[in-house]
Amino acid sequence: MEYILFIIAAAITIGSSILALTRLNASHALIYLVVTLLALAVIFFLLGAPFAAALQIVVYAGAIVVLFLFVVMMLNLGKSSVEREQRWLQPRMWYGPAVLSAILFAILCVAIYDSPSSDTTGTMVSPKEVGTELFGPYIIAVELAGFLLLAGLVGAYHLGRRYLSDRRS
Amino acid sequence: MFGFEINWSYVLILPVALGVLVFALVLVWWERRLLGWWQDRLGPNRVGWFGVLQFVADAIKLFTKDDWIPPFGDRFFFVLAPFVVCAAMIMAFVVVPFDEGWVIADTNIAVLWFLAMSSLAVYGVLLGGLASNNKYALLGGLRAAAQMVTYEVFMGLSILGVVMMAGSFSLSDIVMAQADSIWYCIPQCVGLFIFIIAGLAETHRLPFDLPEAEHELTAGYHTEYSGMKFGLIMAAEYVALILLSCMITIMFFGGWLGPSFLPGFVWFGMKVFILINFFILLRAAIPRPRYDQLMSLGWKILLPLSLLNLLATGAVLLLI
Repeated sequence: MEYILFIIAAAITIGSSILALTRLNASHALIYLVVTLLALAVIFFLLGAPFAAALQIVVYAGAIVVLFLFVVMMLNLGKSSVEREQRWLQPRMWYGPAVLSAILFAILCVAIYDSPSSDTTGTMVSPKEVGTELFGPYIIAVELAGFLLLAGLVGAYHLGRRYLSDRRS
Repeated sequence: MFGFEINWSYVLILPVALGVLVFALVLVWWERRLLGWWQDRLGPNRVGWFGVLQFVADAIKLFTKDDWIPPFGDRFFFVLAPFVVCAAMIMAFVVVPFDEGWVIADTNIAVLWFLAMSSLAVYGVLLGGLASNNKYALLGGLRAAAQMVTYEVFMGLSILGVVMMAGSFSLSDIVMAQADSIWYCIPQCVGLFIFIIAGLAETHRLPFDLPEAEHELTAGYHTEYSGMKFGLIMAAEYVALILLSCMITIMFFGGWLGPSFLPGFVWFGMKVFILINFFILLRAAIPRPRYDQLMSLGWKILLPLSLLNLLATGAVLLLI
């Protein structure tokens, strides 16, 4: 049962991420990206990490891609941008990334084949355990991420403020 | 195995989904009647007993109306948007416990599931605004996106106090934790206050219905919608109202708990119904703020307040 669900979710992830790359219309591509993220959440859930799955939906699908879509709406991209995308997305653009991805895929296959115990089947991790781990052994990573986000926030505030004062004067 | 036991709860899926939708439709009539009463007029009172069957008439009208899709818009997104918003709202009912054990999936991420589904509902509104290719719809969609993403933050933070006191994300556990102590509406009154405001903004109902403010944006993001697609958006709005009332009942007013002479789901239903009436009263009583007022209220007052509430709750829990 889990195996079948995993195959379906994985197929949807791969298919929708390919579509997200190849769509010419930016908003269509973003919606396929959302589908990818939701399918990934299903995979997390099947691997026994319901907390990660829920956060994947809340944070990535619910907040970050919404902001992307928000920007796309603000820019109001029309037909001209679709044509420009069409010019950029020519077959020869795919060679470089394809070779790099193929190398990465080969490394991944070797790594999975070599690893002694590929034990990824359903041990449930409760939200509480995730919390104690994050604020125990991984506290430095959490604090660093906090610094990074604060820096981003201050930077955005600074830029926005300068724009406002320019407009007033 | 994955945080919930699969048992007879599958049986609940269809009754819950249909019940919520029908209740949402009846609620449209009930709201109009109440508003009429408060505003010294009659409201819809012609169809059936006191106009109860008004929703049937509305449904027939919506089904038979011309379902127009704007040729200048994005056809696929235009059709998709009402389904997304309605499906997300009904999916959230999966984790709502109506009585002890009366829940489709009693997972230990129920609170997060509710937040996730209400954040996915943003897409319906956003896509509706984007696909209509109309300046009012676009402005409404932009406002809705900014408003909902903003208020999601405090919505999550205001519930965290309750989660800390109950020690679980599971809604059944949160209700059971309130059986031993006082209902959380007293110790978490700040959280309740913030949650009500954030929930109103999240469901974009009056007084926070700026994404569809009639006097400035005609109808905002659903300007171009007609027929049954408009009906779905309308129904989703009322389903969201029911969901919000259910959540407040569960997390702050003890869910199905109550004196034992009535069964639990009756208590649950009564509390939810009283809260729904309260929200309708808010709609009648409070005028709509300006958009920048709404945003600055959120970031400058509610965010620090919810963080302080969280800090105080944590301190008190550690000291006890």
